[in-house]
This record gives sequence, structure tokens and C-alpha cells, in this order.
Amino acid sequence: MDAPTLIARRIARELRGGMLVNLGIGIPTAVANFVPAGMHVFFQSENGLIGTGAVPEPARALPFLTDAAGRPVTALPGACAFDSAMSFTLIRGGHLDMTVLGGLEVDQAGRLANWMVPGKLIPGMGGAMDLATGAKRVVVGMQHTAKGRSKVVKRLSLPITTSRPIDLLVTELAVIAFPNARATLWETAPGVTIEQVLAATDAELVVPEQVPQMSV
Amino acid sequence: MKMIPLQEAVATIPDGASLMVGGFMAVGTPEPLMDEIVRQRKQDLTVIGNDTASPGVGIGKLIRAGLVHKAIVSHIGLNSETQRQMIDGKIDVELVPQGTLIERIRAGGAGLGGVLTPTGLGTVVEEGKCRMTVDGHDYLLETALRADYALVCAFLCDYLGNLQYALTARNFNPVIATAADTVIVCAEHIVPVGVIAPDHVATPAPLVDFVIAKG
Repeated sequence: MDAPTLIARRIARELRGGMLVNLGIGIPTAVANFVPAGMHVFFQSENGLIGTGAVPEPARALPFLTDAAGRPVTALPGACAFDSAMSFTLIRGGHLDMTVLGGLEVDQAGRLANWMVPGKLIPGMGGAMDLATGAKRVVVGMQHTAKGRSKVVKRLSLPITTSRPIDLLVTELAVIAFPNARATLWETAPGVTIEQVLAATDAELVVPEQVPQMSV
Repeated sequence: MKMIPLQEAVATIPDGASLMVGGFMAVGTPEPLMDEIVRQRKQDLTVIGNDTASPGVGIGKLIRAGLVHKAIVSHIGLNSETQRQMIDGKIDVELVPQGTLIERIRAGGAGLGGVLTPTGLGTVVEEGKCRMTVDGHDYLLETALRADYALVCAFLCDYLGNLQYALTARNFNPVIATAADTVIVCAEHIVPVGVIAPDHVATPAPLVDFVIAKG
């Protein structure tokens, strides 16, 4: 299983029936492919839709039914459409049960940087700051390292997205939670040892006595 | 509401005007208005909208033509031309979190001076802004936004100017229709009064100044 698929499958296990969930671009988008059979989850697209369905055949695409990247999607029975003020009322107002975001860096207190690289990439924050600030639960899915450098760091080198810490980090090596604002090894990926996680992690990681293996 | 030809509506826009433009990655952007603004070469525009779409699409048409001197948006990541003009110092880009941007516009249309939001606390967005504490919680004071013009894309418009939107083409449109001195609407279909049921009207007719006539 490749890293993005493993991460998406593990995050899908955080879903519960009836939740309102927003999925970011990239690895998080794939989480929708692994909803447990029989479970109904409301997926929100911040451009104004709850009940986002699969990508349509090109001939069936509607120009006014798109995801947050502007790509054609479908709407499931029971879907609803709304304007951007309502969309962010849901996101910031404590109505969004979970947001799944990509990350550039997460520090050992659970602080997230995911919206810009100074001097290189300034795409704008879009809805990321509102999502990471307002969702009841913030889950980040990202690769553990980039170009051999740990993305799970002692101190952020990139601009922070929100002062509110994330709740759960899922990488291809580990699941990390942040009780008492301390990065704590929750699970290791199949075939990965605690030592391998520690070696790939710049942050100080609390290792409990029992660390179960990630179940996907 | 007055129904007028496209050329006439755009001719009312002066150089240097501020424009709120509906659309999310150009979905729900009034493209005929974008094309005509480019044709009439309106200069020095301030554009307020969710994003600058992709190169040469939606608001990206105004960017490509070099007509925009300032953009107040939440995202430019999918338009390399906006990024290049920003790096070259040709365009001033103010990046605003999406939920803050839409609330600043809503406040502008609702007669409010601004809103208090937790989004942006402790980030670069906080720089130069007033932090306030209400009931033990910290917020940023974000001020209201208004514009000279709102350029709105609707699905249905009746002869009075009542508007209905389609799915994700709604986005910023009903909100910007409240926050500008002059509201110009491009509608997919212009229909008799009564076709849009009262419960389905998302923008009440009195907010609309001009509707672009068909044909």
C-alpha cells in the first residue's frame, strides 16, 4: 500500500456515522474512498455543498456543480447547496465535526503550518485557517518526511496556520496525538518499529509503554 | 432594476473602480462582464473575490489583461499569472482567510463596522490588527468591506430582478449583492415574475440595479 493510501485509510477509521466532515485537497480527499460500508457521513465542500458525490463522467459534468478546486463533482440525494457565508458559519461556528487537512509541518505541541513557504510558494490560505481554527476535531494527513527531512518538528520553520493545536496527525509511519500539548506516539504503521519512527522524527516524541500497531 | 446591454453596463464603470466579483474558481463568475471589462480596457481596478481563478479564466481574464492593481482574495495558488505579477510588484495582493473575507463583505452589506473572528489569531493575519477579548475568548477585529460595484452571476433572474442561484455557483454572489453601491447581474435565464417562488429567491430584487439584457 502506498503512503497516501495508508494515511487516507487510517484517517477514514476516525469517521463516525452522521458526522459533518470537510476534506482538504491532496491526501485528505482520498479519505472519502474509504468510508466504512453502511456508514453515512456528510461531506462538506467549502465552496457551498454538503453531500458531495463521486466525480462524474465528462459528459455528465455540470458547470455549476464543482468541488473546492473547481473540478466537476456530483451531488448525492439529500445534498444541499448554500452560499459562502453559510459555508463558513458551519466551519467556524462549531458545526463541523472534523476537518482533514494536509500539512507542511507539525510541531511537537501540535501546531500546524500548511499554507505558505516564504519566498517560494504563496498560494493564499483559502479556507485552511478557518477550518483549522473552527472545526471540532482537526486531523492532519501528511508524509512523515520530505526530501529526507522530518516534517514533524521541534519548532515550526514555516508560518503557522492557527494557534489552535491539531488533534491527530497521521503519517505513513505513525499516528501521533497531542495530549497536554505533547506529541505522543499513538500507533505505529504496519511493519514500522518505534525506533524507525523516532529516527524519522525531529520533534520530541512521548512513547507510552504500549504502542499498538495502526489498523487499516 | 433596469435591463441594459452589456456594453452600456460596463461603460458605467470608471477606471480605478473597486469591483466585487462572484465566483469560486470561476464557477459562478459573470464571464460576459469579465470579457467586456477587458474589451473596454478598464484600468487600475481593485478586485474583491474568493480567488483569481486560473490564468485567463474568470477574474484571471482581468489579471492577464493587466487591469488589476489590487486584489483582495483568499487564494491565488491556481493562477500563476497572479503570483508572477505579485512577485514583480505589479499587483498588490491582500490575502484574507476565506471565512473572514466573506464575513467582512457580509458586514459591509449589513451595515456593520466589522466582525470579531478567532481565525488568524497568532498568525501573520493578525499583524496590525486589534485583538479583543469577549467573555474570555480572544478575537481579531476584522473591518467591513464594500465596493463600488458587485458583479453577480445568477441562474434565474425575473423581470423585477429577484435572483436564484444554482448549486456551487452561488458562493459569494448573494453576499456581494448586498455590499456594493451598484449591482450588475448576468443571469443564465431571464424569466417572468412568479417563476421563482418567493421561498427560492436568494437575492431580493431591490438590491439589483442592472441586469444584462439577452441578445
